[in-house]
Amino acid sequence: MVSRTAGSYTAWSKERALEIVEKHADERGPLMPILHDLQDVFGYVDPRAVEVLAEALNLSRADVHGVVSFYKDFRTELPGSSVIRVCRGEACQSMGAEQLARHARALLEVDFGGTTSDDAITLEQVFCLGNCALSPAVMVDGRLKGRVDEARFDDLVADVKSQAL
Amino acid sequence: MSAVSVFVPLDSAARSVGADEVADAVVREAARRGLEVQLVRNGSRGMFWLEPLVEVATANGRVAYGPVEAKDVGELLDAGMLDGARHRLSLGETEEIAHLKRQTRFTFARVGVIDPLSVADYEANGGLAGLRRALEMTPQEIVTEVTESGLRGRGGAGFPTGVKWQTVLDASADLKFIACNADEGDSGTFADRMLMEGDPFLLVEAMAIAGLAVGASEGYIYVRSEYPDAITTMSAAIDIAYLHGWIGPSVLGSGRAFDLYLRVGAGAYICGEETAMLESLEGRRGMIRAKPPLPAIAGLFGRPTVVNNVLSLATVPPILAQGAEAFRGLGVGRSRGTQVFQLAGNVKHGGILETAFGLSLGELVEKVGGGTASGRPVRAVQVGGPLGAYLPNSRFDLPMDYEAFAAVGAMVGHGGVVVFDDTVDMSRQARFAMEFCAEESCGKCTPCRLGSVRGVEVIDRIVAGIDREANLELLEDLCETMVDASLCAMGGLTPYPVRSALEHFPEDFAPTKAVPL
Repeated sequence: MVSRTAGSYTAWSKERALEIVEKHADERGPLMPILHDLQDVFGYVDPRAVEVLAEALNLSRADVHGVVSFYKDFRTELPGSSVIRVCRGEACQSMGAEQLARHARALLEVDFGGTTSDDAITLEQVFCLGNCALSPAVMVDGRLKGRVDEARFDDLVADVKSQAL
Repeated sequence: MSAVSVFVPLDSAARSVGADEVADAVVREAARRGLEVQLVRNGSRGMFWLEPLVEVATANGRVAYGPVEAKDVGELLDAGMLDGARHRLSLGETEEIAHLKRQTRFTFARVGVIDPLSVADYEANGGLAGLRRALEMTPQEIVTEVTESGLRGRGGAGFPTGVKWQTVLDASADLKFIACNADEGDSGTFADRMLMEGDPFLLVEAMAIAGLAVGASEGYIYVRSEYPDAITTMSAAIDIAYLHGWIGPSVLGSGRAFDLYLRVGAGAYICGEETAMLESLEGRRGMIRAKPPLPAIAGLFGRPTVVNNVLSLATVPPILAQGAEAFRGLGVGRSRGTQVFQLAGNVKHGGILETAFGLSLGELVEKVGGGTASGRPVRAVQVGGPLGAYLPNSRFDLPMDYEAFAAVGAMVGHGGVVVFDDTVDMSRQARFAMEFCAEESCGKCTPCRLGSVRGVEVIDRIVAGIDREANLELLEDLCETMVDASLCAMGGLTPYPVRSALEHFPEDFAPTKAVPL
């Protein structure tokens, strides 16, 4: 969900995962909030979390795995230092989002869902960021950007890379 | 001289084009000049072509400037912006801006006006009046008032809100819930986001009223993860509301409890469908449920649940505060009150327009929207989101009301309108509709899960000129099956954009074209 700056993730630990589960103990149907918290802390949902959550919440491993795999937000491996999401919804399409999507993939030399070879940027597609009157829209580490043409996209990428140095 | 209030929106769309940089510049440049300013980060007025829109509180009311870039701020201050002086970026008194003047701000009355998280601002501008009145009424009186207002669901389906509430009120159970659908996934819609970022207490108040009305003691707001700013603002508002006793064990000291929780989605469009959202809230895959039972009878955790969209709920407090007639008196036919229309895509003046139902599609796109952003002719508009029909400008005379749209196989839905210029390829838009459905289908029912995949293939064959007549017939068959046999609106409405594209823009499906990739 809410992206954050890179390098702030904790390495997987079962103890930490159980602390997160404990924090949500009083909530109804806590699996989604727990998964979000796991991803916030570790940067992804480690496959080892499935068994931990299944046992703690009295669910089957299939149930937990099913939820993790259903939702696009939940990653099973660490993302790049920055995550750039390009909107491909209809409003953005009407302002050239498909061209921008091609440009982004060519510039970063990855497909959607991929991470650049230097681990700097993970590129994702998204269908609507709610910025439909300022299309095309892009989200960089949780920050919304509007009217992103190819030149502005290049600037955003350059900013991200310079911050990573 | 006391500090002058300067408003720079904190709305994420305004921020997306530099509002933060402008806000920083206001503080920095004012300090440099020894000018005292009080910076207020308000919501957006919804005129996105003017963002970042800076407003200054003067003796004559608020005066606006826009679109302002950070580099303009020093010059604006030197020109006397704090006194409301004229400048090339002047827009005059905010309330007199033509786009705002033609609106009837009922639900959005405070959005863009107040500091979204200021308790004082909220109460000074009519906040809590609805909740206070609700506390003096019986549950049945509240529900009756909502029913009489004529309010219909703003999420897209247009179901009468009062009828839904009545069903939950009449159901007996140990526990009932209010679930607010803030999974605003449709391209071309952003009003829910703006409201949560610009007037979050309104949604808190609305949820509490709904709880009192039907006897529910717990509420959940399900916000999509793509809205991080709305999540931050909404969470803060809930915390503040607890602190002030607006919600919690004793709502405004009434002794009646209402707890409110914020839950975040995880990138599944289908969770905007009410039963899939309930599944997700329960911690499961967002698979839709067959109806009946209706969520009003057996909803969240099997209990009677009011499931309403953000704007449906947010319209209730002003209805209670001003009376059902204040809302009912607006609109046409069975489309009562105001609708928050959203103009998006390739449009010159994009943003929101809250006005009574009944203005025509053409007025909305051409007069209000000013035509395309590209300056080219408008060719098509999609109304009601990715599952809404594409309409050509020959249909611009259609009045924006539920029934008029339904009569021509389209839907007003949530009032989102996406504009396309004449460079659009409608066969690609039709193909995208099927592709999107294939991508986002929960997979529970066959017409949606498989129909959408086959739909993409059939459209490719039509455009490639392969067995054209037979494939056109097949596509129509497929659409009919999806409409009639899908379990929910995802598969059931995907044929709307497809069929309407074919009907109104057949030339784009001509076999002379290459297969789109």
